[in-house]
Amino acid sequence: MGTKVMKRVYLVLLFSFLYVPIAIMIAFSFNSEKSRTIFGGFSFRWYEQLFRDEMVLSALALSVFIAIVSAVLATLIGTMASVGINRMGRISRSVTLNISYIPILNPEIITGVSMMLLFVVAKNGLAGLAESDVGALAWLAKNLLGIPSLLITHITFNLPYVLFMVSPKLRQMDIRLYEAALDLGCNERQAFFKVVLPEIMPAIFSAFLICLTYSIDDFTISYFTAGNRQTLPIAIYAMTRRRVSPEINALSAIIFFVILAIILVANLRERRGAYKGGRILPAGK
Amino acid sequence: MAENPVVSLRNIAVDFGEEAVLQNLSLDILDKTFVTLLGPSGCGKTTTLRVIGGFLKPSMGKVYFDGQDITELPPYKRQVNTVFQKYALFPHLNVFENVAFGLRLKKLPEDEIRQSVLEMLELLGLKGFERRGSENLSGGQQQRVAIARALVNKPRVLLLDEPLGALDLKLRKEMQTELKRIQQALAITFVYVTHDQEEALTMSDTVVVMNQGEIQQIGTPEDIYNEPKNAFVADFIGESNLFDGRMPKDYLVEFAGTEWPCVDAGFTPNELVQVVVRPEDITVVPPIEGQVTGVVKSLVFKGVHWEMVVEQAGGEWLVQSTDASQPGDLIGMRLDPDEIHIMHRCEEASAHVQQE
Amino acid sequence: MYSRSKASASPYLIWMVLFTVLPLALVVYFAFTDQAGNPTLSNITALGGYAMVFVLSLALAAIATALCLVIAYPVSYLLSRLRAGQQGILLMLVMLPMWMNFLLRTYAWMSLLERNGLINRFLGLFGIGPFEMINTNGAIVLGMVYNFLPYMILPLYNAMLKIDKNVIEAAEDLGAGTLYKFSRVVLPLSKPGIRTGLIMVFVPSVSTFIISKMLGGGDTWLIGDLIEAQFLGNTYNYNLGSAMSLVLMVVVLLIMSVMGGFDSEDMEGVI
Repeated sequence: MGTKVMKRVYLVLLFSFLYVPIAIMIAFSFNSEKSRTIFGGFSFRWYEQLFRDEMVLSALALSVFIAIVSAVLATLIGTMASVGINRMGRISRSVTLNISYIPILNPEIITGVSMMLLFVVAKNGLAGLAESDVGALAWLAKNLLGIPSLLITHITFNLPYVLFMVSPKLRQMDIRLYEAALDLGCNERQAFFKVVLPEIMPAIFSAFLICLTYSIDDFTISYFTAGNRQTLPIAIYAMTRRRVSPEINALSAIIFFVILAIILVANLRERRGAYKGGRILPAGK
Repeated sequence: MAENPVVSLRNIAVDFGEEAVLQNLSLDILDKTFVTLLGPSGCGKTTTLRVIGGFLKPSMGKVYFDGQDITELPPYKRQVNTVFQKYALFPHLNVFENVAFGLRLKKLPEDEIRQSVLEMLELLGLKGFERRGSENLSGGQQQRVAIARALVNKPRVLLLDEPLGALDLKLRKEMQTELKRIQQALAITFVYVTHDQEEALTMSDTVVVMNQGEIQQIGTPEDIYNEPKNAFVADFIGESNLFDGRMPKDYLVEFAGTEWPCVDAGFTPNELVQVVVRPEDITVVPPIEGQVTGVVKSLVFKGVHWEMVVEQAGGEWLVQSTDASQPGDLIGMRLDPDEIHIMHRCEEASAHVQQE
Repeated sequence: MYSRSKASASPYLIWMVLFTVLPLALVVYFAFTDQAGNPTLSNITALGGYAMVFVLSLALAAIATALCLVIAYPVSYLLSRLRAGQQGILLMLVMLPMWMNFLLRTYAWMSLLERNGLINRFLGLFGIGPFEMINTNGAIVLGMVYNFLPYMILPLYNAMLKIDKNVIEAAEDLGAGTLYKFSRVVLPLSKPGIRTGLIMVFVPSVSTFIISKMLGGGDTWLIGDLIEAQFLGNTYNYNLGSAMSLVLMVVVLLIMSVMGGFDSEDMEGVI
């Protein structure tokens, strides 16, 4: 009996710890006052202000753009790599896997500053190479830090996740399915597209979703490689520096409910067996 | 039954790293026959099948199909189809599309595909299952789909890799009859891999017994059972008593402490041999009438017969008899000359003779 | 299988070498050169002056990691012993806050901890306080625990999920009391999860610069803040920053090897 009560108390405390801060933020997003501590009355004032905030909107647009482009490319390159790595010998496979662990295990700030160094060095190098202020090299030197560097960074930190999600599915796949396709008249290419790809499609799709969320969520790495651009998390950071800005509460509330909806839908689909993704944890550090 | 081989393996060797899986294996498979590769796991029977199917390139040797060298040909260019272990049905396709898979690749007209698939499903008793997902079928049904999927392409040779392994006993018996029926109805060659000797003896025209990457014996089921060529075959096929013996002269063998008339000849005088005696061939008689006598050590009822272990000067005998003798009884045992099977001691010699 | 497609991994390999290995090589290069590009050890020796920052970072991260372990262990165990359906729902509830950007999560605590924030106002109703909570080391540790707790729960839960129910029942059957059961059965079997969890919490904690900025008020400097200042702040010294990054990397690597490495299987479900 005593342990049962203790269990209850512990779980209530734990979930309060996890949810009370978020709940208060959501509550205060409807505050008519600017105060973060005194609730003056119900209003949508901060939501209206948020949707008129040019900085937030353009940051959101950039984040969505970067997320989609980088997720598509990372999924493509990572899936190709999964196919390749599956046929590698033991040594080259373990080298590849070890390289892949670097961005996952390295502190994000190190990934961020090391890539920043690369871009700065590349930018200076390009500027040196470009003979005049016009031409492709000069353009790249000027614009490397920004959308190109963000895309490269996001593809880089997403790639290993694709590899680690897709290649196990390939390994688990019954090799006889591939052989059956060959047996029935497929050449290697047809066998891949007609049998192997449909088999691993759920894993590829999950990997794509993970890339999207990690990309949208990333602050630390982008912070160092965005140049003058602002992704949504960078804009949020700028807002928190301004201290009193209840728009953040409104933004948090929206994000929370969007995520809740997505997760509920994903869970429902999973129950019906359509969604075979792994358990997933966002990378926000 | 045509006399020309449809598939010929010549001096095939396969090794995975250090390990030799097949050694210098040669085999002719005659057209329109049911050939079974039989042996314990790891004997190389599945590897042989994969070499024929084209999934594995032998490190040495040639594969011929209708006299044409197909060693370098990938699986999709061979007139051979495979029924895989655990079926390997495409999970993202329904029954109809699984069966239609090969035909669609040939870009046949839609109505022709439809007709062939439905005919094949009917032949295998799968009518009405067209729209089922392949994962919502019982083991037996999946098995039939896998066979239909292979057969619909009208292969000259069908390779079956332990296809009944996952089924329960009753279903397995049914499918054995069914497979034999299909093979005869379609008049194509079946190459069947199994470790189940009963399955091999029931269905096959020819049984190829393999062990450790080498062929031990090729023959009809009767040959294999009644005239095992070496100790391995004798031991692997059915139950048997194995004795070390000696041939003093033709038609006389000495083992278990006595001399026995037999039907074998052509051994060098006093050659050391191995002797196989099937438990069911031993006649139990009163001690006075026996060629040898022994004491019953144990008795087990096996349904059709009793099984006894009898202790005798030459060792323990496994004896099957319809009459029971109680443990401790002294009994006599007799053997007809043609029930004594004599083999050379050197196993390899006989195995190589068979590969001619 | 006829394999020609090993080559399909080459874009990936080229990419990873170019954008993961090369940047890290640059960090090493910058750490051992001066601003003119001449080799020097002065960046490394200069780190001596920041020893206290390193010590504080390690200490706060260690405290936060230990707290996470203590808080997460029971909930992981409880989760792993629930029926599958309940497990899914509760696990989702544990993970849900993680899906919000961590800046927002940290920001939520700012308004709670402020001097005239909600907690102090609430305590004030009873005549207690106000307490100085924000801009303290305690606030930083709190932020670390709040943000990284799920990184502890998930690997622990995964490890405990693998403990066969029968093993625990066997222990009970053999007369093991609760304490004995935990110390002799559950704890040893969940070790791989503990290892992974410790690393997963410690690494982001020791390298953070946001939590210290937002909840530490910018007065407490951690390693992350130092590095950030060298690259984007006013001090602006890539060489010194690279040396700091290198040391941080070495620290992280050391801790991982002390923990007995990072088994890829423990990562299951975390990725």
